[in-house]
Amino acid sequence: MRRSKPALLPARLLFKRSIRTSAPRWNQPFDPKSIERAEDEVDVCIVGGGPAGLSAAIRLKQLEREKGNEIRVVVLEKGSEAGSHILSGAVIEPRALDELLPEWRTMEEHPLRQPATSSKMLFMTEKMTFPMPHPPQMSNKGNYIVSLSQYARWLANVAENEYGVEIYPGFAGAQLLLSEAPDAKDAWGNDVRSVRGVITNEVGLTKDFRMKSSFEPGMAFRSKVTLLAEGAHGSLSKQAIQMYDLRKESEPQTYAIGLKEVWRVDPSEYKPGLVQHLVGWPLSSDTYGGGWVYHMNDGLVSLGLVIALDYKNPYLSPYRELQRMKHHPFFRRLLKDGERIGYGARSLTEGGFQSIPKLNFPGGALLGCSAGVVNIAKIKGTHNAMKTGMLAAEAAYEAIHEESEDAPATDMSGYDKAFHESWVRDDLYEVRNLRPSFGTKLGIWGGMAYSGVDTLFLKGRVPWTFKHHRPSHGPDKTSSLDSSFTEKADLHTPINYPPFEAPLSTDLMTSVALTGTNHAEDQPVHLRVVKTKDFVKGIEESQNFAVGAGVNALKAEAEIDAVAEDEVEAERKRRIEHVKVNVGEYAGLLQRACPAGVYEYIDVEGSGNTPEGDAWQGKKLVINSQNCIHCKLCDIKVPTQDITWTVPEGSGGPKYTLT
Amino acid sequence: MRPSPRRLLNILVPVKRAVDYSVKIRVNPAQTGVDTNVKHSMNPFDEIAVEESIRIRERSLSSSPSSPSSPSSSPVTITALTIGPPKALDVLRTALAVGADSGVHIAIGEKEAMPEPLAVAKSIKAWIEKQNEKAGGKEGRVDCVILGKQAIDDDSGVTGQMLAGLLGWSQATFASKVEVDEASGEVTVTREIDGGGMQVRCRLPVVITTDLRLNEPRYASLPNIMKAKKKPVEKLTPADLGVDFTPQLEVVRVTEPPKRVGGGKVESVEELVAKLKEAGITAA
Repeated sequence: MRRSKPALLPARLLFKRSIRTSAPRWNQPFDPKSIERAEDEVDVCIVGGGPAGLSAAIRLKQLEREKGNEIRVVVLEKGSEAGSHILSGAVIEPRALDELLPEWRTMEEHPLRQPATSSKMLFMTEKMTFPMPHPPQMSNKGNYIVSLSQYARWLANVAENEYGVEIYPGFAGAQLLLSEAPDAKDAWGNDVRSVRGVITNEVGLTKDFRMKSSFEPGMAFRSKVTLLAEGAHGSLSKQAIQMYDLRKESEPQTYAIGLKEVWRVDPSEYKPGLVQHLVGWPLSSDTYGGGWVYHMNDGLVSLGLVIALDYKNPYLSPYRELQRMKHHPFFRRLLKDGERIGYGARSLTEGGFQSIPKLNFPGGALLGCSAGVVNIAKIKGTHNAMKTGMLAAEAAYEAIHEESEDAPATDMSGYDKAFHESWVRDDLYEVRNLRPSFGTKLGIWGGMAYSGVDTLFLKGRVPWTFKHHRPSHGPDKTSSLDSSFTEKADLHTPINYPPFEAPLSTDLMTSVALTGTNHAEDQPVHLRVVKTKDFVKGIEESQNFAVGAGVNALKAEAEIDAVAEDEVEAERKRRIEHVKVNVGEYAGLLQRACPAGVYEYIDVEGSGNTPEGDAWQGKKLVINSQNCIHCKLCDIKVPTQDITWTVPEGSGGPKYTLT
Repeated sequence: MRPSPRRLLNILVPVKRAVDYSVKIRVNPAQTGVDTNVKHSMNPFDEIAVEESIRIRERSLSSSPSSPSSPSSSPVTITALTIGPPKALDVLRTALAVGADSGVHIAIGEKEAMPEPLAVAKSIKAWIEKQNEKAGGKEGRVDCVILGKQAIDDDSGVTGQMLAGLLGWSQATFASKVEVDEASGEVTVTREIDGGGMQVRCRLPVVITTDLRLNEPRYASLPNIMKAKKKPVEKLTPADLGVDFTPQLEVVRVTEPPKRVGGGKVESVEELVAKLKEAGITAA
């Protein structure tokens, strides 16, 4: 069904008129059909100001300098500044940086100040640690320990001040701008609408989708090439993958959740450059994951725990696992007299080579972790992410020509080809069989045995490529493979986590306060309770922008006939079904799994049902979306696969500076 | 032939690049201040000040029928001013994006300490005097300064008052409502005080400091942010204004407040009374 669109003026005329803020439309429900958006034309629009997106931007501007054709590059970043939403260990292999900015060592303020001086692996039991051999890929000669947040901020500075990239923090890529009618073919020969740009988020809507006096519609960037660099499980990337069936010939993506803390430790414990990886306790032998400790610059230590999201036990709480890990004597000693100054969490991709989708679609491409380029043997992905950015930039620069309104969508297949001929592909190919080897009944023992042989001797030079393990029933391609491993609560017992021991380990809200996360009050809940493919259908076909945002939001839209009445009932049913399965069968998994305390299943007071009528057996779902730290765990892990993460108003979310 | 509109009001809005409100403040390791290696943004009270100046302009436009609709020839001009390192320009651009006409950046070095309130007040006064000198007669003189009541990182809350004192202007602080009567050259301000609200009427020129309830600032839309890049920003140094930024105060030590110690539970009313008496609290 076609979107009805108001007449669009050429961008330069729009800007000649002075654009006053529109007259306040107090409390009117949001009507998507009557929206007039400001528009602008750019050559390349990059969604996401992380290493991948910024490398692409810088590379484009370098090509502009080399070859002379001007190119306008805009980077949209949903955080309040570049770096505020990014989190990682991190130990960086400078391979891509050396290619992108060979002179980086002479640049002032570069954040690679702490070389990694060692690499150790330890096996943990409840009370002890034992040194273990580690795969040669994990040796860290020539690598640096950094805060990825500082790294992104520095790259953004370079991009803006030295290369003239336009970066707009505080504006999220909310929707893909599609062509009016199918005008291109996807990789499989189907006729599809192409991506013609990105629309930023609306601001000034209430929770119930009414317009406040401060309402401003999102702006539309018409771009010849749209590069999605949103990090793991990006919201627009997810839609593009689904729309263009990009995973048709690849494995589904698998993920892990990384929870991290930054501590200022006592100087006697501080060993700059020390890199340690931990396996074993507190995770059980059928849960893949492990901890890390990296000694950064300036007396700071980065530590955390990564847990693969295909864990089976719905009673597992990643946050509590991290807190109890710190009760181990190893950590007690490290953190004694220390001060915790940071906390955060983010999903990361683990699927590796097998899970790389088709990387391009008509009018755009996937970069970095949106494609999924983490090398899990090295536990590094930044070098790969940056290189994909550079490759995409080179392909985009070639593919863009001077064009008129009806030129075909830019063909980015050159990027997909370049990727498979690059060192990124080789980097991932070598370690492709490691993660799947952990998926057998032998759990981590089988994995360690196989990985030991493969990394030391075979180095991936074998004719087989393992697929990711599957549970007995297969998932559909848009839902997450990881969530389908979750077993019902009656097959497991609650885990007896130890009580918190402040200041070593604290309750969740104390930690969340350290993320600096906040979202402007009274805006639509950005965590939509609806399956992604229904969400996409709702937006594109029935113009139902409020789908998944709650019964009251749908009621407001129905008031102005923006949606049909039966959508309200459908919304109610979705909520009830969600609570029924999650509470009834999975013991309210999200309440335990979310690292920011967003989801709660609580008892309804009084009569047993809510005013909206969306409770089940006296229990309702409460979404404290203000706490959200944008980690995407819920979208990946919820057993009912009916949480679609969408962007909130820009500038909300965490304010990481040291993570 | 239409007469050119009378210039009604020249508003100066000083804004400060302060630690962002949602960041958890920490004392720096040297115990000399707070850790400033964190996210900064415009001081929330200054956002309210900028918003109020724009609303004053919108109100004056809607009430006088003969004025043109375009803000560039509006009778109210708004200038944003900031003192800070190069990054402070971002805050100025935000003010320009929501509606200020031009900006002034008094630049200090990247690593220098931010000036104390007295130095800030003196700088603003020096700029106003320069501006008024340039303007000569009535047009172009600054007649209203709207500031936030305090900055959320140092919580001094004195800059507005000092400025008014140095300039010899009327002051209306902690404003929760501002009404400008250009015709009579008077401003009526409702101030927040402990007992409730206090109304004062001031003659222009006036210094107003904003309190939380004055208004809710608008968002800077992306098209406006892009347009703001073209608005003029005047660059100055403290030397240009003849102001000395040497600190007059020395911070001896900054520490976190002492950790709360647990209280005790009492078993009966008698015990409570006994403990109160022990603490010296009697019903006198």
